[in-house]
Amino acid sequence: MINFQYLRTTSVKSAIALLLKDKNSKFIAGGTNLIDLMKRGVSAPEKLIDINHVPLKQIELVGNNIVIGALASNTAVAENALIKDKLPLLAMALNAGASAQLRNVATVGGNMMQRTRCGYFYDTEMPCNKRQPGSGCGAVGGFNRMHAIFGTSDKCIAVHPSDMCIALVALDAVVVLANSKGERKISFKDFHRLAGDTPQLDNNLKADEMIIRLEIPVNNLAKNSHYLKVRDRASYAFALVSVAAGMEISNNKITDIRLAMGGVAHKPWRLTASENFLKGKKATIENFEQAAKLAMADAKGYGENNFKLQMAPNTIIEALNVAKSKA
Amino acid sequence: MNNQILKDENDRVDGVYKVTGKAKYFAEYELPGLTYGVLVTSTITKGKILSLDTKAAEKAPGVISVLSHLNKPSAPAYEQEGGPAMKIFYTDKIFFNGQPIAIVVANTFERATYAASLVKATYAKEEFNTDFEKAVNDTESKKLQGQPDYKRGVENAYKTAEVVVEQKYHLPIETHNPMELHGIIADWHPNNQVTVYAKTQGVKATQGTIANVFKIPIENIQVKSEFVGGGFGMALRTWPLEIATVMASKHIGKPVKIMITRMQMFTMVGNRPAAIQTIGLGANKDGTLTGITHRAFGETSVYENFTEGVVNMAKFMYQCDNVNTQYTVVPVDLGVPIWMRGPGEATGAFALESAIDEMAHALNMDPLEFRIKNDPERDQQRNKPFSDKNIKEAYRVGSQKIGWSERKNKPGSLVDGQLKTGYGVSIGVFNANRGRASVKGTLKADGSLILQSATSDIGPGTGTGMTLIASKLLGIPVNKIKFELGDSSLPPAPSQGGSATLSTVGSAVNDVCVSLKSTIAELAANSNMDATSNFIDVLKKNNLPSIEVTKQSQAGKERDDYSMYSFSIHFVKVKVHSLTGVVKVDKIVSVGDSGTIVSPKTARSQMVGGAVGGVGMALTEESILDHRYGRYINNNFADYHVPVNADIPEIEVHFINKPDPYINPMGAKGMGEIALIGFSAAVANAVFNATGKRIRTLPITPDKILATS
Ligand SMILES: Cc1cc2nc3c(=O)[nH]c(=O)nc-3n(C[C@H](O)[C@H](O)[C@H](O)COP(=O)(O)OP(=O)(O)OC[C@H]3O[C@@H](n4cnc5c(N)ncnc54)[C@H](O)[C@@H]3O)c2cc1C
Ligand code: SF4
Repeated sequence: MINFQYLRTTSVKSAIALLLKDKNSKFIAGGTNLIDLMKRGVSAPEKLIDINHVPLKQIELVGNNIVIGALASNTAVAENALIKDKLPLLAMALNAGASAQLRNVATVGGNMMQRTRCGYFYDTEMPCNKRQPGSGCGAVGGFNRMHAIFGTSDKCIAVHPSDMCIALVALDAVVVLANSKGERKISFKDFHRLAGDTPQLDNNLKADEMIIRLEIPVNNLAKNSHYLKVRDRASYAFALVSVAAGMEISNNKITDIRLAMGGVAHKPWRLTASENFLKGKKATIENFEQAAKLAMADAKGYGENNFKLQMAPNTIIEALNVAKSKA
Repeated sequence: MNNQILKDENDRVDGVYKVTGKAKYFAEYELPGLTYGVLVTSTITKGKILSLDTKAAEKAPGVISVLSHLNKPSAPAYEQEGGPAMKIFYTDKIFFNGQPIAIVVANTFERATYAASLVKATYAKEEFNTDFEKAVNDTESKKLQGQPDYKRGVENAYKTAEVVVEQKYHLPIETHNPMELHGIIADWHPNNQVTVYAKTQGVKATQGTIANVFKIPIENIQVKSEFVGGGFGMALRTWPLEIATVMASKHIGKPVKIMITRMQMFTMVGNRPAAIQTIGLGANKDGTLTGITHRAFGETSVYENFTEGVVNMAKFMYQCDNVNTQYTVVPVDLGVPIWMRGPGEATGAFALESAIDEMAHALNMDPLEFRIKNDPERDQQRNKPFSDKNIKEAYRVGSQKIGWSERKNKPGSLVDGQLKTGYGVSIGVFNANRGRASVKGTLKADGSLILQSATSDIGPGTGTGMTLIASKLLGIPVNKIKFELGDSSLPPAPSQGGSATLSTVGSAVNDVCVSLKSTIAELAANSNMDATSNFIDVLKKNNLPSIEVTKQSQAGKERDDYSMYSFSIHFVKVKVHSLTGVVKVDKIVSVGDSGTIVSPKTARSQMVGGAVGGVGMALTEESILDHRYGRYINNNFADYHVPVNADIPEIEVHFINKPDPYINPMGAKGMGEIALIGFSAAVANAVFNATGKRIRTLPITPDKILATS
């Protein structure tokens, strides 16, 4: 077997110090993605730094923000009363992901960092620019039913697989990162990257950084929000397309709106044009349809995923419909 | 096995063992000195191995040996002309991607895994094709191997009928994917005695294969396989990886265990072959079928042929004077397929039962009425009466339970917001087999009965059924009966496949019990006891600790006189979301017409499991290849979608439960296959009824619903 060292740490500071010491080390949280990658030979860290004992599991209201620690489990967040009450969209998205067993150990930070599920990425005998830059992209011209329709590059058309992150980008979350010098904040929509010419990079986390918490501003979207995930089976499958929709409706007018889509891009895909269109308009099916159309402006299919060009707008409409009709 | 905890006489005799972890599966045998084998597999699809560099692997920590075609021990059967076609591992030829080319044996699994990654092969690559659709298109005109054509009456009579349906249906490769991974422990002792702990559907078959390959006496080989974590057909043969493990054990003189990975489950232990089928149906306007044509292409491998009963059902299921069928297999550069639950019949039934629904629609008839109208009294193919068939009653029971009267014949009629509701029906049928088996019974003065046979239990509950047969005949409570199986040293029985175990082995159990009963009666009479005396008293009186009898049982002339089948009717209610294309199965009613139900709980489990497998076949399961590389893309449980609990609605199971008067002493017929056969068509038919969209390519994923308009 490929030997690796296992280290356990209990503070952010020592975690970062350990990370800095060895370029070939990695944090391990729930391990639900990293261990699979190691078994398939996609990732081979020499040191695993177990961060599960770093006290970052808080879920609390601080001022006008809901703060969630990076090591809170997906289940803990989804079942937290504060989250269910104030951010039901996040709870719904989490519950739509993976399986109960996985959610019990998967963490917020690990979920954000999970890698694409593209089959070529996992098979070291196949070409993949993300795994091995320059080797080509197996999915272009291959099996790309699960792949992206927005913001693609000819180097990589993979999608970011997370459900949680779709809700977080819609909710204007802020990511707080720690590094050797202190902390920095980055808005959630800027955390993940498009593939561009550097498909090997999923996000903007730097080599010496650790995700420590999320800050999510409180909003009035709780009542009319919905996370709709379309998938090949009713549970335990990644999204073909998913939509996070939240609206604040007063007098049948949309006063605030958030829309984001999963399963369509290399990063959680915020639908700004659709939001701008709907803001101030009536919550009618006609307007939803128009918004869905706007969302699709720059979409591009790669063959097997062409169906998403229809499924995506349909899902936007349905998510908005359901969100609206919640009493 | 200890049956004390049974609450109900119909409980699974090994249920407590299974849920408490006491049931021991092949991989759990900890033999002294056990070593671990891991396979190295080819990364090309077709060609030849030029070199195999095993030096680094051999030097890796814990490695005992690296075995390949270059240094394998002799397997005489592979040397001879006309030996087994599948010389995988014994040859430098590559027939498919992921083919085992070497086995690394080490003192731990992890070390073997690492060392296997160090073996480097170079190849001479050749052109290949793994795309079955392409292979069929390229060879459509050529006459390939398959099964003999069948014709009754006028060929292609459907073409000139008043109402004509002609359609093409596509099935992808499905992979069995039982929970338990495949593997074996082989222990070759110095005197050419071999002990094997296998995952197999037939201990005698595994024993026979090993004896044949290595040309050693069959008695030298002992195969044990008491518990199997699911097979669905994939454990019906001894695969090259198992032979390689036996070779490795012979080579190093230590027991070797191998358990393949989930990814390897896709390439080297068979699959349900892809199929392309054309059905032509002709009918009079009054709904009388006048012609059935069923033409099928099935996937096979280049190095070995595989055929199955894809076109069987068309020959007898419906009253029709003009029927012709053709079945051809087309090779691709993949591992050889193997029967998967319901085997070819399930493939054929999807096409035929979809087409029957299409015809009913074309005639503007209720598809149930159309089936009843064309239900035959006699088997026209064999020109014999059916031994037992209660289809009309099954239709009646099932249609009432599903709420068929709510169904509208016009598709797309039941709409509630974005959800469209539809109902579908289809029929399943499978040969009611009965083979030859022996059982030994030992009746003891302590009141217990031991029954033994080298049969298997891949999950259906073999022991439970056999115990119930014996209990009923001898009046012994089930917790005093022990049924032993899964050991090649027991009296011979066939492999568990083709829904034949209950009929075959159960008949031998019956015969043993009848014989024991008469022996007791005789003993009673000889010792001046009442004829109704308890056997315990009789044995005691005669100073006998026990009596034993072995019986071989097999079918007789009745099979010449009657046509014997098991039938099932599947009713499905679906809800289809018109915007997302998601199909949700809302309710399932399956009715089994398979003679006497000997073991009600395990019989119900069979039907439930078949329905779940059917939902997978209909909606989610497909093994996807990248044909540019010949490699599977979704070869894991996250991406190969078997249904999860959330996909499965309420499943109602009903049985006609009338004895077949001819098949065997119990009047019981097999039902493992009929539980699945036809099911996928019921779903497709329900989807059509809901939406007006006819999906002829499985699985019916949301994109397909959105694509057809
Ligand atoms: C079969 C299967 C199905 C799944 N289905 C879904 C699904 O439908 N939807 C969905 O959204 N997800 C799904 N998942 C993915 C699952 O959500 C992720 O695996 C999980 O969230 C990862 O969290 P973890 O804590 O286990 O991460 P780990 O595996 O421990 O870590 C993942 C990566 O994150 C890094 N990391 C972890 N914590 C930090 C931190 N605080 N700072 C910096 N880096 C960090 C690690 O170094 C590692 O590189 C599925 C997973 C599996 C295996
Ligand atoms: S889509 Fe991206 S991850 Fe997938 S093969 Fe192409 S480069 Fe690799």
